[in-house]
Amino acid sequence: MMNARERMLGRLRAAAPAPSPDSAVAALDLRIAAHYDGPRPGAAALVDELENALRASRADVWRATASEWPAQVAARLAQHGAKRLLLDPANKEGAALAGALPSEVEALPFNGPLETWKSELFGTVDAGFTVARSGIAATGTLILEPDAGTPRTVSLVPPLHIALVYADKLHATLHDAARGERWRDGMPANLVLVSGPSKTSDIQQTLAFGAHGPRWMWVVIVTGEQS
Amino acid sequence: MTAQPMHFVAPEDFHQRARAALNDPKLRASFRGAMDFLQTKRSSQFPDALELEHLRDLGEAIRQHALANLPQLLVQLEDKLTAAGVHVHWAETGDEANEIILRIAQQRGARTVIKGKSMASEEIELNHYLGERGIECIESDMGEYIVQMAGEKPSHIVMPAIHKTREEIGVLFEQHIPGTAYSDDVDTLIQTGRRALRTAFAEADIGLSGVNFAAADTGTLWLVENEGNGRLSTTVPDVHIAIMGMEKVVAKLEHIVPLASLLTRSATGQPITTYFNLISSPRRAGELDGPREVHLVLLDNGRTQAYADEQLRATLQCIRCGACMNHCPVYGRIGGHAYGTTYPGPIGKIISPHLLGLEATADLATASSLCGACGEVCPVRIPIPALLVRLRTEANRNPNEQVAHPLKGQGAKFSRGDKLVWRFWSGAFSHPSIYKMFRWAATRFRALTPSEQLGWTQHRTPLKPAPRSLADLMQDRNQPE
Repeated sequence: MMNARERMLGRLRAAAPAPSPDSAVAALDLRIAAHYDGPRPGAAALVDELENALRASRADVWRATASEWPAQVAARLAQHGAKRLLLDPANKEGAALAGALPSEVEALPFNGPLETWKSELFGTVDAGFTVARSGIAATGTLILEPDAGTPRTVSLVPPLHIALVYADKLHATLHDAARGERWRDGMPANLVLVSGPSKTSDIQQTLAFGAHGPRWMWVVIVTGEQS
Repeated sequence: MTAQPMHFVAPEDFHQRARAALNDPKLRASFRGAMDFLQTKRSSQFPDALELEHLRDLGEAIRQHALANLPQLLVQLEDKLTAAGVHVHWAETGDEANEIILRIAQQRGARTVIKGKSMASEEIELNHYLGERGIECIESDMGEYIVQMAGEKPSHIVMPAIHKTREEIGVLFEQHIPGTAYSDDVDTLIQTGRRALRTAFAEADIGLSGVNFAAADTGTLWLVENEGNGRLSTTVPDVHIAIMGMEKVVAKLEHIVPLASLLTRSATGQPITTYFNLISSPRRAGELDGPREVHLVLLDNGRTQAYADEQLRATLQCIRCGACMNHCPVYGRIGGHAYGTTYPGPIGKIISPHLLGLEATADLATASSLCGACGEVCPVRIPIPALLVRLRTEANRNPNEQVAHPLKGQGAKFSRGDKLVWRFWSGAFSHPSIYKMFRWAATRFRALTPSEQLGWTQHRTPLKPAPRSLADLMQDRNQPE
């Protein structure tokens, strides 16, 4: 007796044309590459583009040097009234931020598997801090690769998401990012592209923020020289 | 949340509901506003017409390549995902898909399922099925949450609650969410929805989502959204079940880049949505969140019928952006509920016959002036008008006629009388002598034409032949004095 899988595949195979030769895939890949071909903005223009696009999506974005940003983020957090901030003290950015925090803001590492402290995470954490793997200038997008130190929910559950991206890690387009980072060679369990705070226009096409994800998103673009 | 009981409608009653919708000024105004908004948003995303046409060519080529290799790509996707620890299931029908999901839920002793947006789950009426078996499904997309609360179905595939005004939503929330005062401020309403669903995310046993694209080469599910509810549904519960129409796989992850751009720009006029959520495996060793168990249900439910026919296969190129409905003069006037199908508008007219059969859906293909707007905006160039004509032909074909790929419900609108009239018509027009006789008779006996002329006289004055035919008049004029 055949199962559903065999019956579905059988019907497809009976109707499908002969499999495309490899040359057809190569031709398609070339057409895609050609579509995205063209002059790429220089390093400074990439930062401008990213900043503008993120701002258009209502993220709060600014530039800072590696030595400046921890104190700036810390001051803003205090002003925002955040009490508990999720960060990874094991990475250098997390450690730098933890060191700069005023006493009223608590630095909180991701304390064990989610299921052991879910309600605490949902109920008591005000902000989450992540370092983006890279960014996409054209659409104002940060590419996050959650890991053991900074799991997926850090950029998702707290109402404020703070993300750091290095200016020298910017791609012009999503196409460049996927190609340049060789996504085809293997993907992490979860890769997340974030372009601003959570939003919806499901009620009468009126834009509202903080639908289910973070209501606020701060992005620090870390530049090499004095900003 | 307490919701109204689900109100089911049948596509067979299309004409009745369409008339009711046309006479509902509030619904008309709300759809007109929404359609104008979405059309403007879309066109603002494509300032360069040439780039748009190139990208549409590319989108079409990518989808056609994927469909041409569909059986191999599905097997490759299954292999990749299985190796990564994802369970892949195949469902021939909606019932089978429901049973698979129920079995997973029962094995886990699950009581609640939190849902990200999934039109495939609407198609199989999963909420109803699980609900009858004691498992509650909670829709978490704001639009879906609202229509679920109202006991309705989505009226648009991208914006489910497009037919509802904020005042109506204010009343719904006041009635159904305990401790909520009436408000028609959109921001307040969204924050109320957010608060109400927060616990549901944290407590649900299973998260269920749709899939926008799947890549066979890396074994990746690509989910597109703005709210974050999709990410929460696929991240917080210990089990994630994704359900996907079997046509959505493409050969390579890199092929999704142009498709995703076409999708967000065509659907809501956004260069990109807030989140692209790329899932390639369950929680890995050392990770502290993410589901421990991930399932993918591949759904046929009539798609292989469309696939079997070379012309109708183009239906499966669809990436579910909704641009065709946003630009359809019929959809814009009657709204989504009139269709009585999960997918309304032009795409609904061409996909529903495969899901439900032509008996129930034959009236949909004729509810079109064939103006071609849908085909012009389709980001993957589905020739929707040509497919509508084809489906009309299939609905009127003799049910006993043997064809290579018969459709479910072939000949649902077949009538011997109609066939006879058309045969006479084509005979008269291809034989001048018969036509002349017909002309002679029609002009001489014009007084005998009936004043009741079926559908024609419902809204129009009766047709009556002129006393003299054009050919006669021309002959007179050319006659030398």
